[in-house]
Amino acid sequence: MISMTTPPNQEMHEGLVADGGQDELLEIALGPHHPSTHGVFRMDVVLDGERVVKLKPVFGYLHRNHEKIAESASYLASMPYTDRLDYICSLTNNWAYALAVEKLAGLQVPERAEYIRVITAELTRLVNHTATIGFLTQEMGASGTPLMYAFREREKILDLFESLTGSRMMCNYMRFGGCRVELPAGWLEQTKKVVKDFPRFLDEYEQLLTGNEIFMARAQGVGVLKKDLAINAGITGPMLRASGVNYDIRKVDKYGIYDRFDFKIPLGEHGDVYDRYMVRMLEMRESLKILNQALRDLPQGPIMDPKAKIRGFRPKPGESYGRIEAPKGELGFYLISDGSPNPFRYRVRPPSLINLTVLEDMCRGYSIADTIVIFGTVDIVLGEVDR
Amino acid sequence: MLEEIKVRLETSVPGCSPEIILNGSPSGQHSLLLDSAHAVEAATFLRDDAELRLDYCSNVTGVDWLPTETSPGYLEAVFHLYSMEKKHGPVVLRLRTENRTDRVHLPSLTPVWRSAEFQEREIFDLYGIIFDGHPDLRRILMWDEFEDHPMRKDYVEPDDYEYEPTAHDDVLTKAKQHAIRQPQ
Amino acid sequence: MLGEGILKGLVETARNFFGSFVSKDRLTTVQFPEERLPQPEAARNFPFLVYDGDNWQAGMRCVACQICEKECPPKCIFIEKSSDKKPDYTGKQQFYPAVFNIDVSVCMSCQICVEVCPFDAIEMDNAFELSTTDRFGGLLWNREQLAKPNSYFHKIHPATATEIDERLAAAKAKAEAKAKPGADGGASTTPQPDPPPAAN
Repeated sequence: MISMTTPPNQEMHEGLVADGGQDELLEIALGPHHPSTHGVFRMDVVLDGERVVKLKPVFGYLHRNHEKIAESASYLASMPYTDRLDYICSLTNNWAYALAVEKLAGLQVPERAEYIRVITAELTRLVNHTATIGFLTQEMGASGTPLMYAFREREKILDLFESLTGSRMMCNYMRFGGCRVELPAGWLEQTKKVVKDFPRFLDEYEQLLTGNEIFMARAQGVGVLKKDLAINAGITGPMLRASGVNYDIRKVDKYGIYDRFDFKIPLGEHGDVYDRYMVRMLEMRESLKILNQALRDLPQGPIMDPKAKIRGFRPKPGESYGRIEAPKGELGFYLISDGSPNPFRYRVRPPSLINLTVLEDMCRGYSIADTIVIFGTVDIVLGEVDR
Repeated sequence: MLEEIKVRLETSVPGCSPEIILNGSPSGQHSLLLDSAHAVEAATFLRDDAELRLDYCSNVTGVDWLPTETSPGYLEAVFHLYSMEKKHGPVVLRLRTENRTDRVHLPSLTPVWRSAEFQEREIFDLYGIIFDGHPDLRRILMWDEFEDHPMRKDYVEPDDYEYEPTAHDDVLTKAKQHAIRQPQ
Repeated sequence: MLGEGILKGLVETARNFFGSFVSKDRLTTVQFPEERLPQPEAARNFPFLVYDGDNWQAGMRCVACQICEKECPPKCIFIEKSSDKKPDYTGKQQFYPAVFNIDVSVCMSCQICVEVCPFDAIEMDNAFELSTTDRFGGLLWNREQLAKPNSYFHKIHPATATEIDERLAAAKAKAEAKAKPGADGGASTTPQPDPPPAAN
């Protein structure tokens, strides 16, 4: 019988005292069967009344040994599996893997493919942030209304993905050295229309949420993450920038052609839930800026490196670590090649897993309801945490 | 840049003798091999040094090297370090165990970089490297009563499939064997 | 005024609610299955084998080269080569698959088999209403269930099918032109030896 409890010789609430007025501490498992845990995820919490005293995240329910499968599959065969890591943002996962393999093998990506990659990555950022904010409001109790407004806009972008790659979620679009297929006729005009209509939706959404007193009361001052802890714990993505650290891999590494675009990095001051929400809203506006520039400047040309091989791809022995700014944080792939068609070691650096390191620090002292909200802003996807 | 880091480590942390491991691919990311005895000190120096300020440990990977004619085989932990303050990197560190069977201890770098906490737990779970000094070393992805370490190269998977396997040749024969052995 | 933010939010909700009666932009739901949205041309679900003409056995393009079987990531394709050969669209004798099974419960619709096929024999279908009550055999499709005519391929992916047809017709014309100078009539289906240079 499979049992996923803490080891029997270690009590969760050893050494803790109930001093909130209750007699003893209560130990609860939140999940894995829970509507608000963003997947199969469990939190063992020790409660003093309703305040959280200790919290341990438990995951591994969705472990599909992706890294071991990659050792027996070729480099290309791992590409559809990367779609299923962070299954909401499949195109950025594809790009991160393609980047790592291109660094390993020294492939050059043509310019048009780079622009298409930027366009799809920024559309994916919009897809992800709308879903995150929508679910955050759902967890605060808004019963799905802002969620459905966000999803209505998201559907337009998913339709774009379907007409480009063939599939709404599992896109499998990037290849080592470029992109798989050329843009179909009319796709560019459709995308420009979606990007033109998006700011109006963002304005309406902000009118619904940003000044809302209930939202502010539930979000401001809740789940504060200090700057030093964030840097030391390896937090990346909107969570890090909401704590005030100016670190965005698009500006630091300048991978792809991001140095040609003019966009700002929104930073938060307090590191609470409200800041993380605002950072994501502002990042969506910056993504729209990048999209406008990329759609305007898209050049003609080939979309694949002529030296890249689809079958029989054998990179020279060596290793590489390629990382991108995925919507959730730093997504990195570490590959070791020994000259054979399969990788010797294939490692995914999952942003959601690392961002969970500080969940306990952020939730201590808050009530269960706040824990769910704080957990919603960490923005995890179990496909990535467990791989 | 790795040469300078090596020289500064040798001068600042007495006894530490890092070795540069070259990388054959065009990525140019060479690594520093550290010994287990001085690893925590060297890591603290790398994090706090005024010029390097490698305060962000991005990725901790476990690697399994099978025995060859020249070496008894070892397990390895690879650390990728970046600097959020100075915006440079990556600096790749490697720590190796002595063999794959009984001497599999390595010092934990979690006291230096907290981001290594879950990743070292994962390496313990999937590879079997025991990190001394880790605050809470237990299995993270597999369930707690699981034995064996799945990501090792010589891991044999169990053949008691709980599900109906696909009609692959060797998978199907293994499953059929198991069904014959179990009385229904 | 306290509560101003909430009131502004209520204005927003009201705008969406009443707007959904007048504007298509605000009411985007489709009454499936009575109303259906057309699928874009690139949409893909599970693969199928293309055959030219009416007879699915004679016209099947697949020559059992087993490249798709090797490249398939979850290894859901099983092919067994035949022992005899049959002529393909240019008239050349080729093997054909005696057994071609796809385990659809394993297939992840990644389209790599289509990408690597050198003969344009396997393409992606976009039918998605495929439920069956047989959990074990019903999702293992054999050669006959997978074979669909080229006319169907034109219906679901018109641009790709037309481009492939043009390419194959050009290849066929080239093969026939090459076959002509070596013999008279060119009616034989076996490949002719190369003509001597003087005959051009």
